[in-house]
Amino acid sequence: MSNKDMMPQFALFQPSDIENALELLEKYGENGWLVAGGQDSFDWFKDRAKRPEAVIDLGGIAELTGVRETPDGIEIGAMTTLTEISNNTTIKSQYGLLSEAAGRVASPQIRNAGTIGGNVSQDARCWYYRSGLDCYRAGGNTCYADTPEGMNREHCLFGASRCVAVSPSDTAAAMVALDASMVIRSSAAERVVPAEEFFIGPDVNITRMTVVEAGDILTAIRIPAKWAKAEFYFEKVADRNTWDFPLVNVACSKIVNGGVIEDIRIACAGVECVPKRMTVVEDIVRGSNQDEETAELGGGSASRGASPLNYNHFKIPLMENLVKRAIRGNSSNGTVPVQQ
Amino acid sequence: MAPEPTIEQTTEGIPLDSPDSNDRVARRTFIKSVIASGAVASSGGLMLVGLSGCSEDAAPAAGSVERLVTLRVNGRDRPVDVLPNETLAMTLRYKLGLTGTKLSCDRGECGACTVTIDDVAHNSCSTLTHSVRGRAVTTIEGLEQPDGTLHPVQQAMIDELGPQCGFCTPGQIMSGVALLKTNPSPTREEARQAMAGNLCRCGAYDHYLNSIMRAARTT
Ligand SMILES: Cc1cc2nc3c(=O)[nH]c(=O)nc-3n(C[C@H](O)[C@H](O)[C@H](O)COP(=O)(O)OP(=O)(O)OC[C@H]3O[C@@H](n4cnc5c(N)ncnc54)[C@H](O)[C@@H]3O)c2cc1C
Ligand code: SF4
Ligand code: FES
Ligand code: FES
Repeated sequence: MSNKDMMPQFALFQPSDIENALELLEKYGENGWLVAGGQDSFDWFKDRAKRPEAVIDLGGIAELTGVRETPDGIEIGAMTTLTEISNNTTIKSQYGLLSEAAGRVASPQIRNAGTIGGNVSQDARCWYYRSGLDCYRAGGNTCYADTPEGMNREHCLFGASRCVAVSPSDTAAAMVALDASMVIRSSAAERVVPAEEFFIGPDVNITRMTVVEAGDILTAIRIPAKWAKAEFYFEKVADRNTWDFPLVNVACSKIVNGGVIEDIRIACAGVECVPKRMTVVEDIVRGSNQDEETAELGGGSASRGASPLNYNHFKIPLMENLVKRAIRGNSSNGTVPVQQ
Repeated sequence: MAPEPTIEQTTEGIPLDSPDSNDRVARRTFIKSVIASGAVASSGGLMLVGLSGCSEDAAPAAGSVERLVTLRVNGRDRPVDVLPNETLAMTLRYKLGLTGTKLSCDRGECGACTVTIDDVAHNSCSTLTHSVRGRAVTTIEGLEQPDGTLHPVQQAMIDELGPQCGFCTPGQIMSGVALLKTNPSPTREEARQAMAGNLCRCGAYDHYLNSIMRAARTT
């Protein structure tokens, strides 16, 4: 199969308001597909692994873009591009964790097209699944990664349930660390879901990564003011600096007063099917001095409960060290050098 | 059964499907001519499937618009027949004859297909052509002045012996052009980050960076 022929045919719709997009979603049901920046979607279509009948391009819906300040924080339209998020002055000055994470996604061109809504909604990157194999996640009856021969270096440490794929999104971990919530519209209602509940594991639904179902549109993401101008730490480790998903990343928000960590949220991508919130670590370090001893203690407890696969044992010390650095440092003001 | 390809501009769209039948006949004739020239421009090995959907008998689905669009490319209005599932790289190369834009991975992984859309660098292999209606597309062919003067980034590529084999060069240049639009005097590190989405099999990265830095000094 040539990798440079046309995508299979689909009908294309370019609505200019949300209501219209919702109607189209309702009409096409499981055969409809939302496209935001298309940076995840087009690969699926080109590889023939997904064949929607109708593609609904959200690019013409003005109300889905932009960053707005609200009384209790900010609201980011789902169609705002990753580049806009990494350059936006409000996000940079108040929620620098998110601009750092968005700025580390993929490549400049992909960030110019890719949206924040698409980034948190993107599908698993397990290559068995991406290449169209009929695994559990694709509705089949086996997992190719979780076998003695399976190539599972990129797969999970936590939360395996038939599927061992991980959350591939760099911004998802930042969303959990910032206690963001996701605004989801359907033709019936609007609901607001905390980031931690937005992402779902295979035990909840093995064919989806989020609570967004056919007929839903993620319209916006809200970040509460509580974490504005907190101390932030983001670090991503990948095989290559560009185009590469995190092997592990860490996103951390903390409020430090007089050298004491008053409050903290830490999440890692690349270790579970959802961004893994490190509640054990948070509980250990909250109320302690921000020092080497606390960092050691917290980092060491990050891997509690981890069960590595054949080829991903390296993720345990990697994750522990990233968490340690997150407790110690502040990447936004360069207290600890951020890996480039 | 594959669906009949249709595009619906569901609200406020450009109503291309005029009820005026004379108008429609004229447009059909025009569509045919665009397809014909597209076929000439397309090279072997690449299949533009689904063109049969453009035949005269294929009535547009209710509420849908025709696929004839006018794109703003390199400062000119280019009327072209565009399939719903067509990428900008396909349109540029195989319908508009602008083969300076390279198609390599077709998966967003190399940057060879980089063009600017409203002055921002995009991978044209990962852009639906229908999403650039009303926006200004610039390809490598659009950089030179009418009198033959090269764009400073192009000139700097020559002066610094930037490229090796040259295959990735159009994409590298377009990323450089987009960078200097927003940041006319980047640091070397800023330029390196901005060029990070362009792969070079020859490994000429440093030469490309030298070129971008020279272009920044000379503008
Ligand atoms: C080469 C390459 C490298 C990459 N590297 C990274 C990386 O390092 N880190 C990283 O995080 N990502 C990476 N990605 C993934 C990329 O960042 C995401 O694919 C991109 O951000 C998705 O955004 P999009 O708007 O283009 O999504 P789309 O492809 O348009 O959408 C993705 C999915 O989300 C759904 N969706 C989109 N918007 C909405 C909405 N508003 N409501 C409901 N559903 C929606 C779509 O239906 C689709 O299923 C990479 C991708 C490529 C191709
Ligand atoms: S890890 Fe999940 S996505 Fe990958 S092969 Fe196993 S079931 Fe499929
Ligand atoms: S051909 Fe578009 S990124 Fe490689
Ligand atoms: S110069 Fe040969 S690929 Fe870059």
